[in-house]
Amino acid sequence: MGLKIQNVTKVVGGETHLRQIDLAFEKGSRNVLLGRTLSGKTSLLRIMAGLDRPSSGKIIIDGQDMTGVSVRKRSIAMVYQQFINYPSLTVYNNIASPLKITGIPKKEVDRRVRETAEMLHLEDMLDRIPAELSGGQQQRTAIARALVKDAQLLLLDEPLVNLDYKLREELRVELQEIFRKRSAIVVYTTTEPSEALMLGGNVVVLDEGRVLQTGATATAYQRPETLRAAEVFSDPPINALESAVTNGRAVMGDNIPVPLTGHLTDLADGSYRFAFRSNNLWLSSQTDGDLAITGTVELAEINGSETFIYVHHGKSAFVVQQEGVHPFAMGNEITVFIDPKHFFVYGTAGQLVAAPPAAGPTA
Amino acid sequence: MEKWADNKAWFLVLPVFVVVAFSAIIPLMTVVNYSLQDIFGPGNAVFVGTEWFKEMLTDTRLHDALGRQFIFSSLVLMIEIPLGILIALAMPKKGWGASASLVTLAIPLLIPWNVIGTIWIIFTRPDIGLFGVGINSLNLLDVPFDHTARPSYAWVTLMAMEVWHWTPLVALLCYAGLRAIPEAYYQAAKIDGASSWAVFRYIQLPKMRGVLTIAILLRWMDSFLIYAEPFALTGGGPGNSTTFLSIYLVKLATGQFDLGPAAAFSLIYFLIVLLFCFIFYQALLNVGKGEKTS
Repeated sequence: MGLKIQNVTKVVGGETHLRQIDLAFEKGSRNVLLGRTLSGKTSLLRIMAGLDRPSSGKIIIDGQDMTGVSVRKRSIAMVYQQFINYPSLTVYNNIASPLKITGIPKKEVDRRVRETAEMLHLEDMLDRIPAELSGGQQQRTAIARALVKDAQLLLLDEPLVNLDYKLREELRVELQEIFRKRSAIVVYTTTEPSEALMLGGNVVVLDEGRVLQTGATATAYQRPETLRAAEVFSDPPINALESAVTNGRAVMGDNIPVPLTGHLTDLADGSYRFAFRSNNLWLSSQTDGDLAITGTVELAEINGSETFIYVHHGKSAFVVQQEGVHPFAMGNEITVFIDPKHFFVYGTAGQLVAAPPAAGPTA
Repeated sequence: MEKWADNKAWFLVLPVFVVVAFSAIIPLMTVVNYSLQDIFGPGNAVFVGTEWFKEMLTDTRLHDALGRQFIFSSLVLMIEIPLGILIALAMPKKGWGASASLVTLAIPLLIPWNVIGTIWIIFTRPDIGLFGVGINSLNLLDVPFDHTARPSYAWVTLMAMEVWHWTPLVALLCYAGLRAIPEAYYQAAKIDGASSWAVFRYIQLPKMRGVLTIAILLRWMDSFLIYAEPFALTGGGPGNSTTFLSIYLVKLATGQFDLGPAAAFSLIYFLIVLLFCFIFYQALLNVGKGEKTS
């Protein structure tokens, strides 16, 4: 089965939620919709599910126009951000509920429910009701409900966002395994680049209702085609400093000379923005080629075992991500180092001019 | 001194204690005191132990009133709860329709109880009332409608009053419960292909459990304590047909000035209400848990 979205636009109350989306998903593919809050991820999922009708455009499933077809007549399953289960039914009956109307014999229902429950480690909870489960177990039940009917289209709308860190990690790994064995089209939305990378497959980078980029997830991470796509696909958002190349010499930010070697060789004269991810910045020089950038500390945010240092440099600002806990006082001078081999070069219109060579083999 | 300073917080509890003492404990203890004495006049009372309790527990008029009360409260609950749920389900979810229906529903709740009695008496009067004149002009009843003519007429009028007055409360509670259900539940049910009955039975009804518990408890208690409406309508008649517990109690206490028996009666009445609230609460807490889909 293949799912095609053709020129889909969704306007609600004068507000455009989706603009001319064209996408194709193949059978057995794993797809991540990556975008920030309000980027249109959920709107797109709902249209794919048939819960909403697009304002214009078509949904083609297996070559058939399914745009106006009711959700009841489609083979889909969906997992929500909230833990959606039937409140008064036991876990067993919850998982069995999508099979009730299919007319599958009882024995087969029982087998599939138990199999799915086992896959999600719910075997011991089958007699409980959702209110007696932890959040993680409730979401496992909801995922089991979605998986049990073997739908052709499996939609997951930020399913792990309401879980705590540990449970999220755990379920993420399990979900990858589960998706691998499915022949369904899996579409998974997330705001987190790291989650998208972990799930792999293909990615659709969404922003303000527009598709910024599509392709293999790893490739999209290594070569974000626009600065905006790079921002969405980096957490914290990618840093960009105004730069200019004149007469073969490059200057970045507040008069920092950048040697034009490696992938930066052959940059034509003009204005650019040199972009780099926060995790490529260091507090000490790592190699001889490192550039030093000085600035003042605006804020140091300690998050788990990492520190995010917000640095003000000339007219712009950037974020440094460091392993470990580094207390920095506001207003202090700071020097950070970066190897220019990590630079992405974007033109003034935000288009990719040069990207760092990928380490591994890529398409 | 230091210990004193540490315990200052107790003073903060004092106002509540005083309020509760005057509003509940002292009046209740006065009733307990009365229930154990035979009172002939001011300063002239004899301790009689549990005699009034024994008398009241074997009083057939009390048994009859209690029986009537049970039938009345049960009938009222059986009408008000389903009707309230139906109204809540039928109400618009947003827009001006939602506001308009909320305001309309709230009107009966704002009217004083004895005014409601008066409204319905006028409404059902056989000479000038819209309902009374209307139904009699149809000539369907063998005895013309007049709430003092037959016990059943008085009962119908009372039930109509009670249902008209209090179904809106149930509907408002249910409406609030329904609005609190996230849209995703309905979507998930749609994806499952669930019928609208299944949506009601397995999503809306379980999600309304909390508000329904409150609605049932409130309506049970309140209808069990009904006084103003039958008092205004027929004062307990015709005969004793609408003499509910509170009507009988007031007759005993302020009509006959049997303060001792009336006090014992009050305590029994109180315990019955408490007992049934407890039973309902326990039942509602456990109903429908882990049920099977059929």
